[in-house]
Formats: sequence, C-alpha cells, structure tokens
Amino acid sequence: MLTLDNLDKVYRTGTFGTSDLHAVRQVSLDVQRGEVVSLIGESGSGKSTIGKMVLHLLDSSGGTMTFDGRDVTKLGFRARREYYRKVQGVFQDPFSSFNPIYKVDRTFETLRRSYFPRVTGSEWRSRLDDALAAVTLEPDDILGKFPHQLSGGQLQRLLIARALLLDIELLVADEIISMLDASTRIDVLNLLGELKGRGLGILFVTHDLSLGNYVSDRVVILYKGRVVERGETSAVFDDPLHPYTRDLLASVPHLDRTWDEVEAEEAERTQRLAGRCLYHEAITAQGRSLGEEADAADGVPDGVGLVEYAPGHFVGCFRKAAEEKCPAAT
Amino acid sequence: MTATQPTAAPGTEAGEQPAVTGPAVSGGRKAQGDVRETLYFALRNPKVLIGLVVVLGFLLLGLLGPLFLRHAPMDYAGPPMAPPSADFPFGTTTFGQDVFAQFVAGLRSTFLVGLLGGGVAAVIGMTIGFVAGYRGGLIDELLNMLTNVVLVIPGFVVLIIINAYLGVRSVPMQALYIGIFTWPWVARAVRSQTLSLRSRDFIDLARLSGVGVGTILRREVAPNMYSYLFMTFVLLFGGSILTAASLDFIGLGPTNAMSLGLMMNQAVQWSALHLGLWWWFIPPGLGITLIVGSLYIMNVGLDEVFNPKLREM
Repeated sequence: MLTLDNLDKVYRTGTFGTSDLHAVRQVSLDVQRGEVVSLIGESGSGKSTIGKMVLHLLDSSGGTMTFDGRDVTKLGFRARREYYRKVQGVFQDPFSSFNPIYKVDRTFETLRRSYFPRVTGSEWRSRLDDALAAVTLEPDDILGKFPHQLSGGQLQRLLIARALLLDIELLVADEIISMLDASTRIDVLNLLGELKGRGLGILFVTHDLSLGNYVSDRVVILYKGRVVERGETSAVFDDPLHPYTRDLLASVPHLDRTWDEVEAEEAERTQRLAGRCLYHEAITAQGRSLGEEADAADGVPDGVGLVEYAPGHFVGCFRKAAEEKCPAAT
Repeated sequence: MTATQPTAAPGTEAGEQPAVTGPAVSGGRKAQGDVRETLYFALRNPKVLIGLVVVLGFLLLGLLGPLFLRHAPMDYAGPPMAPPSADFPFGTTTFGQDVFAQFVAGLRSTFLVGLLGGGVAAVIGMTIGFVAGYRGGLIDELLNMLTNVVLVIPGFVVLIIINAYLGVRSVPMQALYIGIFTWPWVARAVRSQTLSLRSRDFIDLARLSGVGVGTILRREVAPNMYSYLFMTFVLLFGGSILTAASLDFIGLGPTNAMSLGLMMNQAVQWSALHLGLWWWFIPPGLGITLIVGSLYIMNVGLDEVFNPKLREM
C-alpha cells in the first residue's frame, strides 16, 4: 500500500547551510494493509523523520513515495488534504498533541470543519460515539474536558479515534506508547492489534524492541539514518545478523532466559559472524566485486543497500556508521 | 445568568457533563459557549473588573462628557485661575478656560491615539511576527531584516522631525506615525512565541486535519497567545498615549485639538506649578496614569481568565 523507495532526508546545517546532515539515507520499505511494520532505532536514527515524511510534515530530499500506486512524494495543498483522508498520524506526546487551552472536543471539531462540513450535528455525534467506542472510551467521561484533566492513555486513544473518524488506511504511530504509564500501555497496544485486524496498515515507530516484537509483523532496524536489517519480526528477532541488531537484542533482558544464556548465545553468534559481512559476501557471490554494488542495487550508493539473506530477511553492510569500513574489507 | 453557568468548566462534576456535551459537539454553538465561558470567568475576576471599570469610566466620560458641557475647551468661560467649584469642577486656567472641558476633550484624543496608534502597531507587528515565525526560511530572514531596520531607527527622533515638519497636526496622523514606528518589538516577540508554538504536536495535528496556514495561525497559534497579544496591545496602547503625551508636552501636539499632553504642556508654559494651580496639571497627569495603570492590572487578570490552568486551583 505505502512504498518508500530510496527515501532521503538531508538537513542543511552550519552557517549559511554549508554542511549537510544526512538524517535518512536511501530508505526503502513498504507497509501493506492489515500489517504492522515497526521502525526501530535509537535516538537520531531517523525513525521519526521517516514518519514525518510519510505524513508530509517534512519534505523529503530524494527518493519516491507511493501510496496505492500513486506517487505521493510531492503533494500540493489540495492533494495533501485528500492524502490525509487515508493517512493519519498519532504522536509521541499526547499532552502536546492537544491545544492546552481548549477542550479535547475541539480536535474533533477541527476535523469536522475541515472534512465533513455537511454532516449534521446528530449524525456527527453518532459517528464520534462509534469512534470513541472503537477505542473503548466513554464519550461522557471524555468530551467537554480539558487535556490536562485526562490521562495520557485516554488522550492517545482519543487521537486514534480522531484518525478513525476519517476512515483511514494507514496510521503512522510515532512512539505513541513511550510516554504512557505501564498500566495504560497495553490498552493502546491491543488497540493497535485490533485496528490491524480491521485492515489498517500501521507504521509503528519505536525505540523499544519488546514493543516492536509484541505488535509488529515486520520490523525495520535503523541506524544513523540507514536500514541495517529488515524482515519478518520472527526472522529478525530469532536470528539477528547485523552487528547493530545483535547489540540491540543482546541488551534487552528476557523473561524466560538468564543473562548468561543470552550472552553465551550472542557470543556464539558473534564468533560465527566475526570479520564477515553478509552483504558483501552476497554481492561477491553474485559475481560482482566490492564497490560495484552501486550499479547492482539500482544506483544505491556504497553500502546502504540490502541483500536478501533468507526469504523475507534483508540485511545491509555490516559496518555501523557511514564513515566506518566494512569489517570484511579489513 | 442561569444558562451561562459554565457546566463545562474545568473541575465540575462528571454528573454535569451530559448537559454540555450536546452543544459542545455542534460547531457554531460551541464557539459561542467558549466566549460565554470566557466572559463568565472574566466578569468574576476582580483585577479585570477594576481595570475595566476605570478604563470604561474614562472612556464614557470622554464620549458622553461633551454633551453636558456648557463651555468649549478653549472658551474663556469664567474667572481666571479659579479653584474647583460647582460651576467649574476642575477649576479654570490662567485665562479662565474650563479645565474640566479640556480634560474631557483630552480624554477623547488620548483614547483615539491609544486605539489607533496601538492598533496600527499591533496589526503590523503581529502579522509580521506570525508569518515570520510560522513560515521560517527566507520569508523569516527578510521580515526579520525589515524588523531590525525599523527597530534601530530612533523612532522618537523621527517622530519629532515629522511632527515639527507638518504644519497642521491632527490626532489620527500622530497616532499613525506612532504606530508605524513602534511595531518592531511586537514582531520580534510574537515571532519567537510562534516559533516555539509551531514545534508543538497540535500544530502538526492541525496540518494533518488538512487545515491551511492562515487557519492554523488564527485558530491554533494565536489563541494560545491571546493574553500575551492583549498585553502587547495594552503596552502599545499605553505606549502610544505616553509617546503622544511626550510629543504634546514638548509642543509638537495636535494643532487643531485638545489632548491631555497638551494640557500639561500649557500648564507648564503658564507656570501652573509655581502659581499653585494644581487643578490644571493633576487631572491630565492622573488621567494618563490611571488609564495606563488600569490596563496593566486588567492584563494580569485576563491572563488568569485565558489560561484555564491558572484559574482552576
């Protein structure tokens, strides 16, 4: 449904915009209907930037974005309005997502004024009730209150209800769990699962591996703006290949295993993959030499491409930062 | 006031909620409810009430006063240098002019200068501030440059030159010139506020609702700054009055009208201070102080009204 192809984001920084900051490098991924795709990465990995570009809150600097086959890389004001009927977002901080001086109802009212000016009051009220019921909120507890009178979980579910009023197809959930209490997290997570069941595609941006594991069908691991590994959640989590993914997974405590077991397993895997780079091995296996991959991977420059290691499990060059050398080349 | 009870006010019992959710979801009536609620809290705030009463009192006096006067401000109506009496409540000047008549006429031009001068400066400054802060980039750079250029022009000196150059000086022209030279700090302040508000998620959410720039500025950004914008206007209003009074006082006031500053100018010129004619210069001075002071007090109160977090606890 949504396909990103070699998406780039470059910020100009420094005096007079003399230096560039590559926030997102050549990111390709896709989200299908009825599927949760997690974008996982640490701060500064570019995951939120990708989410904002999908929502057209930021312009992309290169690459293309298509939605249902239509090119949506650049949209004018009107086209963007139509795009927002299908694609909506929920952000990290629920308290900053509402204008603090107005009651929460106004968020819905804005939507109505913008998209449903002809819907009558009672008709709108029943739609609102339906949307609120879908996120398990009682209209009477919520409407007519100020944002600071509600909990983060309630606000976050309100925002999802807002997206549902539009009958959307893709939801960009940008760290929507991170600022919630542990007790309300699971409600929102389960809600996402339910929306997925209804056929919604969800792009779930998170830095939390366990959340990514819990809800998503596929994961995309980002590091410094580039995709280092992506694939089916089970494939990536059971057999992490890229050094960064392995580091990440090794640093998460498991309920069912002791620390020693985890470390032993990771040590064994490190042993097996030390000094290797599956990406470049695959490139070489295809009869091409290092440095030629730019032609091979449709013009994707050095080492930001991915190879399919196992069906549905892609991995990039094993170096971490862009300026590092590939471990296999040394 | 039965219907205006703010059942939707923060901190009310959940049991009262259904009463308000009805109107709350339908557009036009909801906006009306907001206004009504703001008024409800405004009229219960002592600071707002005191400020409002004083300012409105002076305004009414300026508007209605002339209807009941027997003498024109410049008429030689009575005995010279008479202290306040029943016939002349504020006494008379060295020439026997009615100080009260002058005061009432001066109030009119004072409010006119404040309103026009403050209004012109507020409109220019806020427009430039909002657009520069929200759009950013090249537009921001250009508008900022313009702001800085006007900011470093010594406004008061230019005003003196303009006023000295003009043969016939009227109150509206004076207000216009004052407005044109006092907006830069407003633009800078509004710009920085807009910059900080722009990065908040609810602005992004409004954009996701397919709303245009103008609407976002008007409906999402500006309301968060209402009390600030009002304070800005108050400062501009007061500032215009004070600037006009200063110009009047040094003899560059309107040539075809009376103003409070002009009264003080004349009082000083004719040595009212040495002759002990306190009724000549106290009323205009006190008038200016009370009007500007009340506006300040009102602003503090309005901050509590506009910000539900401040008024709730």
